[in-house]
Formats: sequence, C-alpha cells, structure tokens
Amino acid sequence: MAKEWAELTPAEKREERFKRWLSPQGVTFSSPKAEKGYKARVTRFIKAFQLKEPDRVPCILPASNFAAYYAGTDLRTVMYDYDKLSQAWLKFFHDFEDDLDTFIPPALVPPAKSLEAVDYQLYRWPGHGISGDTTSYQCAEAEYMKPDEYDALIRDPSDFWLRTYMPRVFGALKGFPQLPALTSFEEIAIQSFVPFGMPEVQDGFKALMEAGTESLKWLAAVGKVAGEASAAGMPGIMSGFAKAPFDTLGDTLRGTRGIMMDVFQRPDKVHEAMDKIAALAIDSAINAANASAAPIVMMPLHKGADGFMSDKQYATFYWPAFKRVIMALVDEGILPLLFAEGSYNTRFEYIKELPKGATAWWFDQTDMARAKKELGDRICIMGNVPTSLMMTGTPQEVKEHCRKLIEVCGKGGGYILSGGAQIDKGPAENMHAMMAAAKEYGVYKK
Amino acid sequence: MSGDFVNLLADLKEDEVLKLTKQRLDSGEDGLKILEDSRKGMEIVGKRFADGEYFLPELVYSGELLKQITEMVKPHITQAAETKRLGTVVIGTVAGDIHDIGLNIVDFMLDVNGFEVHNLGVDVAKEKFVDKVKETKAPIVGLSGFLTPAFDAMKETVEALEKAGLRDKIKVMIGGGQIDDEVKKYAKADAFGKDAMAAVALAKKWVGAK
Repeated sequence: MAKEWAELTPAEKREERFKRWLSPQGVTFSSPKAEKGYKARVTRFIKAFQLKEPDRVPCILPASNFAAYYAGTDLRTVMYDYDKLSQAWLKFFHDFEDDLDTFIPPALVPPAKSLEAVDYQLYRWPGHGISGDTTSYQCAEAEYMKPDEYDALIRDPSDFWLRTYMPRVFGALKGFPQLPALTSFEEIAIQSFVPFGMPEVQDGFKALMEAGTESLKWLAAVGKVAGEASAAGMPGIMSGFAKAPFDTLGDTLRGTRGIMMDVFQRPDKVHEAMDKIAALAIDSAINAANASAAPIVMMPLHKGADGFMSDKQYATFYWPAFKRVIMALVDEGILPLLFAEGSYNTRFEYIKELPKGATAWWFDQTDMARAKKELGDRICIMGNVPTSLMMTGTPQEVKEHCRKLIEVCGKGGGYILSGGAQIDKGPAENMHAMMAAAKEYGVYKK
Repeated sequence: MSGDFVNLLADLKEDEVLKLTKQRLDSGEDGLKILEDSRKGMEIVGKRFADGEYFLPELVYSGELLKQITEMVKPHITQAAETKRLGTVVIGTVAGDIHDIGLNIVDFMLDVNGFEVHNLGVDVAKEKFVDKVKETKAPIVGLSGFLTPAFDAMKETVEALEKAGLRDKIKVMIGGGQIDDEVKKYAKADAFGKDAMAAVALAKKWVGAK
C-alpha cells in the first residue's frame, strides 16, 4: 500500500509532486501530440531541477510584459482592457509556440480597474503615477508600517492588516480603522455592527466589491489564455510566490530606510515579526502549490543581495527566517525557485547549506561560471542573459552569449537557460535567437 | 573631544555621540566646528562603505545620526558653513522609474567625498535634468535607473542634453539594476558605473581630482 503523505520523505514528496505535474488533473489536451509535447517539456524541466541531463537545456524566454508590445499594444492598454490582454498574450503564444518550453499567462498583469477601485497606493502603473508609456508597474516604497507598530503586527497580523495596513495602502479603505477588532467580536452583537453603518466604512466595502467584480472579469480573460496554452501542451513552471521575511518587512511594510534603522534600533522586534511573517509565507506558498500543477514556488529576493548588507547582517537577519521558509517548502516536496536579483556572489556558503536537488536558483548578475563550479552539484542554476543584450543587441550576439552560457553552465545538466531579468520590449528576433541557441547548442548527447 | 566625536559618529554610537553633541553645545562651542567634525565622521563612514566594512544599514543609520546632530546644532549657527567642493554633480532616477535606493547611495558617497550633489529624486523628466544643469553649470550628470524602461529614458535624457547644447560641456554616467556597458553604448553616455564607488571614481577623474 502506498505510504501516507505525512510518512514520505521530502525527496519522495517532491517526486510525487513531479509525477502530478507530469499528469496534471483537470487538463484536457487538444491532441495526443499536445500531450506528448507537454510531457516532454515538463520532463525537460524536472530533469534539470534534479541535476540530471534532459534531452536538451530547457529555456525560459525572458518575456514579462513583452507580449503586449509584440502585439502592438502596451501595458497601459492591457491593464484596462482584458480582451486586448488575452488577445496579445495569445498572439505571442501562437507565434512563439514552437520556441517555448514554458509559457506564463498574463496573470502577473494586474487589472487596473480593480486597483483604481480601491485607490491602491502601493503601486504605480502606466498612466497612474508614472508616465503612460512606461512598460512596467512599480512598487512605491514607503513606511507603511511605523516603527512602533511591530507589536501590533506580532500580536495579530490579520487585525494589523485590516485596520492599520490596508487603510494605508488602499485609499478607499480609509474608514477601516473605525472597524472593531474582529478578534473580540461580541457574543451578542450590541455595538459591534455600528461601525459597519458608517458611510466611510461602507464605501470601503463597496470599493472591495467593485474590485472583486472587476477581478473576476480579468480572471476570465487570463483563464482563457491559460486554458488554451495548457490544452496545447504548454506547462507553467511556477505555481505561486513567496518572499524572504526580511524582504516582506523591508519592501512593503517598513521600507528600506525603516528596516535598515530597525536592524540597529529594534533588532528583537525585527526577529519576532519575521517569525510571524515566515509562518504566513509558508502557509500561503503551500496552498498555492497544492492548487496547481507545477510544484514550484518562486521567491524574488531583494535586500540580501551583494552590497546590501554585511555577511554578519545576512547571517543574523536575512538568512535564518529565509531558510526556514525554504526548508518548510522543501519538506513539503515543493521546489523553491530563488530569484536572486542583483548579484549573490558573496552568499554561496549559505546556498551550500540547502539539500541537494531541493532548490533552483535563478541568477541575475551572479558569476555563472563560479556558481556552476561551486554550486552545480547541489542546485539547478538558471540565468542570466542580460536584459540590455536582449533589448539592444543583435540576434547573433544573443545567440553567441547563450552558447557561452550553455557551454559553461550546461555541463552534466542542472541548468536552465533564462534571462537575468525579464524584458517588456525588444526585437522578437532576439527571443527566437535565444531558443535557437538552446536547440542548437543545448542538446545532450546520449 | 573632537577626535572622540568623529569616531563616535563613524562607529555609529547613537547615545554617546548625541550626548557629546549636547555637551559641546552646552559648553558654548561653535556649532560650525561640530558640523565640520560630523563631516569628518561621515567621510569615515563613506570610506568604510567603500572598503566593504559598512553596508546599507550603516549608511542609513549614519545619515539618521547626522540628521539628529544637525537639528541639534542648527539653532546655534548664525552663518552658513563654507565647504570647499571638488565639483558639482546633478543626479536623478530617469523618467518612468521610481526606484531610489541606489540613487541615494550614490548621493551619499558623492557628498562625503566632497562633491556638491543636486539630487532630483525619481521619475525625473529629461527637461528637469537640462534645467538643473543649466542652473548649476554642473559638469557631471548621473542617471540612475533600476528597470529596463530606463534604457530608453536614459537615451532620451542624453539626447535632450545634447539638443540643449550642453552635451560637450558635461560628462554623463549611468548606473543601477539592469544597467551595464551595453546600455552605456545605447544611451550614448560617457560611462557606466557598477556601484557608488565607481560613481565617485568617475566624478573625481572628470574633475581632475585625485
């Protein structure tokens, strides 16, 4: 009899999840050829993650909002017009189908009307806080959590989000500080409903409902693209996102300046808050992975990069809570995909603490030859064709750069050709050239 | 006492350095002297950052200490301090990009290394760079950008400087997240610097300082 899930080792759980990825539930392939293609692509990725040699080096084209510009529209338009959103992504998908190992539906292009409904303050997007022709949306860092609010966050994160944080990042919820703490709702509601009658509070709920209605329309458009791509045999390779707890605190709660001060002025609170945040991150990532086929959770990393903090600060503040999140996912058989923005050359010793074949690291500007040499027997490495080359270089230059990367990093498997970061705009020929390099130089001889 | 002060600031001893600031002010010492010592302390912080001993947390913390000291000293100063500067630099994050962590590090490092820095902030329209260069006659412009949209914004900013007839009077350096030598060529900048230390070295070279 098969072992119960809880009795499996992390490696057995990972294998189990890989099997599910290979035979995904709820997907009807459009043809036997599509199903065969799907399995071939997923196998290619799984082998790379397992540090084995696939048929050839897998490739992820560095296209973030690229489809919008490729289709002749722009980010601003597709953030507001969901039909154009799905049309653009489907055009890209069909035009590039033979040159894709994986495809990301436009699930990362948020519906602007939902953001407007709640008067979202945390992000700027084209035409809303930044110029309409900007090709990306961006986080507006600020001190959304004050230094004396650590205890409130630690005591009850939900209450802190609802009555303190959300009213700051969603302008429409400015009435929510008047809500009662739901954790102490009365047994027989006498006063508890009163705040819900206040016009400002009601406006907040109406805004949330409007954002929800709008998001469902958006979801239908995204779902159309995702459904068509998976029926055609194109796998996704990420099921969710998580962050290192220090980044959560530093990016969107305290801000860079705030968190750097806290490291000196209230280190114990930083640790306590990270414990809370780690637990939340773990739950949410496991739920996301359980809800989709690919057992992979992407973690974009920010403030632990080279130059941001000392080795001692990394060891004290960044790594312990980050490692706890990684290991909780690994123990569940989920493969964390760590996207190290900037460079990570000084952090290799930490990566070596992680179990073999349990994580993949996507490098932006890290020294790939050194990474292959020192980490190649432990982790799958990914990266790092420069965005500048993809946007301003010629197809020949792109292909040549990829050839060198494949030669250095591809040896023995455990490598995925990808960008250092992603591009929104640029010559389509450069995308084709990148995949051409994978097909021409990345084949493993049996 | 002044040597202690410089080291206390450089070593980020918050309580001690603030206490000493108060003592010095109470004893009737010239506020300008205290600010001069603060500058020396910050120079050491900058040097330690360049040497890889200090990182972003220390820069932020020292900046906060300096702010507190300056606020304490300000009411005791009647005349403005005159510091000799190596040269003037206009910096900013280009249009369409709202990131400033790297920009502020460059600001800090240029400042503690003796430059007069005009930091225009984030999402800076090309016209604003042009206006500021005209106004300050700065011989050096630093363009910062984190994301790929910055490639075009940098190119357009350099073109605007050229159109305004300023290009041959200035040197332009660029840096940040996805910026590299390819972007330097694309944007027709004079140099790409990979970090704040590179920005200082370039600025010093361009003004002919050692």
